[in-house]
Amino acid sequence: MRRNVLPGLHLSLGITLFYVGLIVVLPLAALVFKAASLGPAEYWSIVSSPRALASYKVTALSALVATLFNLVFGLALAWVLTRYRFPGRRIVDAMVDLPFALPTAVAGISLTALFSNNGWFGSVLSEAGLKVAYTPIGIMIAMCFTSLPFIVRTVQPVLEDLDPALEEAAQSLGGSDWTIFRKVILPLLTPALLAGLSLSFARSLGEFGAIIFIAGNQPMSTEITALLIFIRLEEYDYQAAAAIASVLLLTAFAMLAVTNWLQSRALRYTVKG
Amino acid sequence: MEIRLDNVIKTFDTFRAVHGVSLTVESGELIALLGPSGSGKTTILRMVAGLEYADGGHIYFGDQDATDIPVRDRGVGFVFQHYALFPHMTVAENIGFGMSVSKVKRSKAEIAARVNQLLKLVRLEGLGDRFPAQISGGQRQRVALARALSVDPKVLLLDEPFGALDANVRHDLRRWLREIHDELGITTIFVTHDQEEALDLADRVVILKDGKIVQQGTPQEVCRDPKNAFVLKFLGDANRLIGEVRDGQARVAGVAVAAADGVADGPAEIYARPRDLDWSAAGPGVSATVSRVLDRPGERRVIATASTGELLEFDVDPERDITAGDTGFVTLRRAKVFAI
Repeated sequence: MRRNVLPGLHLSLGITLFYVGLIVVLPLAALVFKAASLGPAEYWSIVSSPRALASYKVTALSALVATLFNLVFGLALAWVLTRYRFPGRRIVDAMVDLPFALPTAVAGISLTALFSNNGWFGSVLSEAGLKVAYTPIGIMIAMCFTSLPFIVRTVQPVLEDLDPALEEAAQSLGGSDWTIFRKVILPLLTPALLAGLSLSFARSLGEFGAIIFIAGNQPMSTEITALLIFIRLEEYDYQAAAAIASVLLLTAFAMLAVTNWLQSRALRYTVKG
Repeated sequence: MEIRLDNVIKTFDTFRAVHGVSLTVESGELIALLGPSGSGKTTILRMVAGLEYADGGHIYFGDQDATDIPVRDRGVGFVFQHYALFPHMTVAENIGFGMSVSKVKRSKAEIAARVNQLLKLVRLEGLGDRFPAQISGGQRQRVALARALSVDPKVLLLDEPFGALDANVRHDLRRWLREIHDELGITTIFVTHDQEEALDLADRVVILKDGKIVQQGTPQEVCRDPKNAFVLKFLGDANRLIGEVRDGQARVAGVAVAAADGVADGPAEIYARPRDLDWSAAGPGVSATVSRVLDRPGERRVIATASTGELLEFDVDPERDITAGDTGFVTLRRAKVFAI
């Protein structure tokens, strides 16, 4: 039997399982338990109320747009950071992590100040007829801000490990730049992009602090699901809060399951056999 | 196709990797660029491929000046040391890649037929559906060769093609590459730091040092008539003795060796291969004491310390009875003399 450096299976498995149970499973179980204490009819009426439905729509749609935007922009940023050496590269690289480090409420307040009608960006944009603050566009921008690092940080290491000889081989075989990107580089980045995408989407679904300041929070139009849960909690309606939260939870689960499946499909080629 | 390099220069930042190399590769020839690391051999190969651009000089493919033609239009097949197979494509997709992205449109059936033909050529029939991770290193290198050949290249370029493989696999692949070359007759340049590989495989060996060609010629020419001490030492083990040349005779410890014409009188280096030395109890020879005897399957390697202080290594027949501590004389059967 192989001897490991760290303590054996029993101890390490025990500690980790206990921890996962305490920190992750228990709160989720309490949430499901609370939601389940409602009858099916009551549960359904809460989660399918017009106000809840409107909040799902704006949350999911904004999260989708923000994630797709970050997919393109994050990939470009990761590409620039790994492929080019320019002055200030390390500073840009460090700045990518700022959305992780910054309290999201601070980000929300700064974004609101920038994009409100008399802010630096907002004043220019409102002249052009585009209103950002207190609209779904504001929500998207806040989501973009908080979830950008996920795509960059998942794609970057894979790009760094990509053998330059692969591109050279494709060139020597006559491939154009676009063909090489599409047929060689992109397929190899797909698993990392999917991982970044699912993390980014899940984070956007649950984001609260950065959004509530810029969203305007009008029920039926710019009220996100996380805020609706918060409102129900403040009304001491724990069951309704749990019910709506369970919808978010299920969505995130489904999303993770689908991307995991896509990822394993995209990684078929690594299976030895 | 004939490949001609005319005074090609390449500098990386401040480091000059290739100093004005001129070389002609005849059509259909198999040529080895041999040199230690840092000798510029890979850089030369990459410039022929178009993966690097020459800072000076010209590269001709036949009569055409190919110096500034980008790699994708140059029509070369390149085999990388670590295969550089596309990991997410099957063996067949890897081989078919060049044809599927080509400006010359081919139908799926045409590509599939050609892929099968190439799989047969590299003796990998039936492995077309595997992914690179699922086949052995030697098989991967054969896929890489089939892929390079798929675009009907004018010239085949191989960068240390067997460097990452086991000794056994290497030996087989070497013979097999020679067979393929003889079958297709494609002009081929390969880079290696393994002198045995270069001598076994190539029609002509080009020996490089510090970005310059030191000597080129057939394996026989470079082995029998090395131009200088570097070439001699690089091609295989050699013992070095210091002597004195006078009137065309090199003398070392009372033994005379004929020096080639043109070696000036004065101090000289005398090089002898392990097979060119022998051991005898009585002279004439360099007096020495045996310090170790290494037994090998085909011979015994004797390591002896000469009275002049040099360590001499030579091979004797397996039956010879020599043990450490014996004293006697090392005789010279054959040697090369270079002026210092």
